[in-house]
Amino acid sequence: MFKRSDQDSRQSVHIVVDGTPVEAREGDTVSAALLASGRDVRRGTAVSGAPRLPYCMMGVCFDCLVTIDGVGNRQGCLVPVAAGMQIEIQKGKREIGR
Amino acid sequence: MNTTPRRDSYDVVVIGAGPAGLAAAATAAEAGLSTLLLDENAGPGGQVWRAISSTPVTERDRLGVDYWAGADLVQAVRSSDAEIIQRATVWSLDRNLEVGISVGGVSAFVKARRVILATGALERPFPIPGWTLPGVMTAGAAQTMLKSSALVPDGPTVIAGQGPLLWLLAAQILRLGGRIDRILDTTERRNYLAALPHAFAFMTSPYFAKGLALMKEVRAKVPVVTGVSELAAAGDGQLASVTYVSGGRRETIPAELLLLHQGVVPNVNLAMAAGVEHRWDDLQLCWSPVLDRDCKTSVEGIAIAGDGAGIGGAGAAIVRGRIAARAAVEALAPAAAAKLAPMSTFRASLAQAERGRSFLDTLFRPARQFRIPSGGTIVCRCEEVSAKDILDAVAIGATGPNQLKAYRRTGMGPCQGRLCGLTVTELMAQARGKTPQEIGYYRLRAPVKPITLAELAAVPKTVADIQAVVRG
Repeated sequence: MFKRSDQDSRQSVHIVVDGTPVEAREGDTVSAALLASGRDVRRGTAVSGAPRLPYCMMGVCFDCLVTIDGVGNRQGCLVPVAAGMQIEIQKGKREIGR
Repeated sequence: MNTTPRRDSYDVVVIGAGPAGLAAAATAAEAGLSTLLLDENAGPGGQVWRAISSTPVTERDRLGVDYWAGADLVQAVRSSDAEIIQRATVWSLDRNLEVGISVGGVSAFVKARRVILATGALERPFPIPGWTLPGVMTAGAAQTMLKSSALVPDGPTVIAGQGPLLWLLAAQILRLGGRIDRILDTTERRNYLAALPHAFAFMTSPYFAKGLALMKEVRAKVPVVTGVSELAAAGDGQLASVTYVSGGRRETIPAELLLLHQGVVPNVNLAMAAGVEHRWDDLQLCWSPVLDRDCKTSVEGIAIAGDGAGIGGAGAAIVRGRIAARAAVEALAPAAAAKLAPMSTFRASLAQAERGRSFLDTLFRPARQFRIPSGGTIVCRCEEVSAKDILDAVAIGATGPNQLKAYRRTGMGPCQGRLCGLTVTELMAQARGKTPQEIGYYRLRAPVKPITLAELAAVPKTVADIQAVVRG
């Protein structure tokens, strides 16, 4: 869906998506890194479980909701990646306490 | 930079570090006012200059001169005494000018003598069948990824809609080696005629030559279909095709990515939650705050600058930011105002920057069928409520957006109506034979961005706060 332009010479940084290491670049947001990874990173909505990907990438639509380092429902498009960051794709409703 | 505010009160708190907010903060700080600039993103620039301090796209001509024009203003604010906090989410603002800020999962309140809202715009909802499918995004989303991460569309890509941003994005994607298979232009043919009376002002504005050059650049590389009057996305759990109608002819093309855009509208959530009066704008088809010529709102001490004050573009936003800040300086430190350029200079610049806007507003007025959907098309993405669901609720007594919440939960999901509010207002207005002004909008309240209860509970409390709720 997206590829990295050859203009991009930023350093790699590795995050962990559902237990698998994924390469991102320094300065990527979590959502950009997920979309660039080529993996199936569709979340399932809380209401019907329908698959979704980020829609606006600017913090207004909340379709990028993702669990980051154990905290659920974070806006992935507003959070920059960090080395070793643990990402979980949300499927359905958020679990209590997360 | 990711820290909590250093003080608990400021002369001026500016919310949003796009063109208007940067200009406002620079002006207020220059006059010696204690100034706090709060911004939700990782770096300053807002949407138009997004990632200007960090973009991996280093060859300047790829993003264009208008993008790099922001660098001076960012530098001006950074070298001023204004305190800047990035990744700060403002979730509350009230009539006492208390600002609730969340930074890194911790909330604090600061008090302001003047607040300048520069929360900008967001893309108008584009509720077509299938717009919730993975692979359907806004054009702005693609532009954000392009500017901040040098990511460009790769597989079969369709761009659909209208307006200046669409052509700029297309040019930027092509310059960075990205793929666009087709552009579907939804501009209504009759708009060209309606816009004609405004054409002279437009042709003598800077938009004209820039717009023509961009369209020429894009058309040389991508097939463009004009007069698109119907649009639908389809696929099983993922976008697979786009169907459109142009000139009575229906066509379906394969697509992995569909980028939608039909203009931008003010981001009203924080202003409305603070009690700022808004009116329905019949030309721009959105809610705009009621402002005086100094950008002051109906709430004492709160001003709005930039596209949040009504869409005017980056050039107008900068000037409005300076006007709002100068008005704050005049009120708080009249002697210091003499250091700044006179208001009359700013007003002349604003008139210049707004030249050609009414042409764009008229030409790119989105068509009714792309604003007011029907049948099973989703209106509220968060709560997954369709146009038919809403019309059914109207049929059994829902009178406006706030009653509709009780029937269908529209606008009660995490986006708090940002992606459905305008559609709900216009859909209900049409169904009930009323004007959008009569139908109204969601009653917005803090927190305007979700925060956890734990974060709210951890906000430092004074003895008075505790006594206010403790019995006996």
